[in-house]
Amino acid sequence: MAGDDEVWLDDEAGPLIRPYTVNAGRTRPTVELDLLSLVVTTGRAGSDVDPEHVKALELCHTPVSVVEVAANLRLPVMVTKVLLADLVDCGAIVTWASSSSSSHVTDRVLLEKLLDGLQRI
Amino acid sequence: MVYNESEVPPTQVKILIAGGFGVGKTTFVGAASEIEPLSTEELITAASMGIDNLSRTGDKSTTTVAFDFGRITIHRHDIVLYLFGTPGQERFWFMWDELSAGALGAIVLADTRRLQDCFAAVDFFENRGIPFLVAVNEFDDAFPYEPGEVRAALELDARVPILLCDARDTASAMSVLRSLVQHLLAAAPAPSV
Ligand SMILES: Nc1nc2c(ncn2[C@@H]2O[C@H](COP(=O)(O)OP(=O)(O)OP(=O)(O)O)[C@@H](O)[C@H]2O)c(=O)[nH]1
Ligand SMILES: [Mg+2]
Repeated sequence: MAGDDEVWLDDEAGPLIRPYTVNAGRTRPTVELDLLSLVVTTGRAGSDVDPEHVKALELCHTPVSVVEVAANLRLPVMVTKVLLADLVDCGAIVTWASSSSSSHVTDRVLLEKLLDGLQRI
Repeated sequence: MVYNESEVPPTQVKILIAGGFGVGKTTFVGAASEIEPLSTEELITAASMGIDNLSRTGDKSTTTVAFDFGRITIHRHDIVLYLFGTPGQERFWFMWDELSAGALGAIVLADTRRLQDCFAAVDFFENRGIPFLVAVNEFDDAFPYEPGEVRAALELDARVPILLCDARDTASAMSVLRSLVQHLLAAAPAPSV
């Protein structure tokens, strides 16, 4: 049933819900994160973190991708990004700059290494 | 993996596993992945779907799109390959730029009993210029088509590889992945001397 907070786009689409309340209405992370960005704890956790942030923090002891944190938190990616951006802002985690995927799309060396790796599995 | 600040992060790359509803995308990801496939979801905003006028909730309305993924770590070359199974509700993942942005390439799974189900994915990758191949997932009760018949039915460019596979089988899934990377290499610019 569509309640006050739901509008049905159509049957196939399912309910259109309001943005998650966990982020207190914020849907825009302050730090650029994509699905594959790696994050890791710094060991400097702030004291005023709420349970959602604590859970996220616990997943980042070793470098982990944003999409894996989202899957383990069972939260949508967009919501997870906001949580992680908060943790970056307060110094509890840092992004571990990865050589981003997009710049390598035509990189033969990378493709050759990838193929070599796949051939050894 | 023990994190050490002096270490260089791995190169992270992604390949999409697309195709129609129930064609075996999740099965394929699971067969190739070194971890149990994880599933998560993303909120797609109505604004990004080009839908206006959603009354009270305005342009902040969202719908969720579930997707699953797995990964393969290539320690020797410090590469982590992510496999993203696109959501069965294809009309939504098409709106989701982040999923396809930066993808090395895509595997379109096809079921010969319902070939038309993968038209949308084929069109999408053609339009975006994302290199792909078609892997026919051979279901037991499916009529065995020749790759040439599939090519004709899908009006595929002669350069797009068509393979047969069994999405449940790790060796078969890995072979499809290798074929895709070979296809990407063939299409990549020659090395500058
Ligand atoms: N016989 C046979 N069955 C398969 C094969 N691949 C997948 N299946 C079965 O087909 C069903 C659908 O497979 P999924 O991997 O869930 O398909 P999907 O594309 O992820 O489906 P959606 O995410 O719902 O679109 C499952 O019951 C699989 O066990 C195959 O190669 N042969
Ligand atoms: Mg699936």
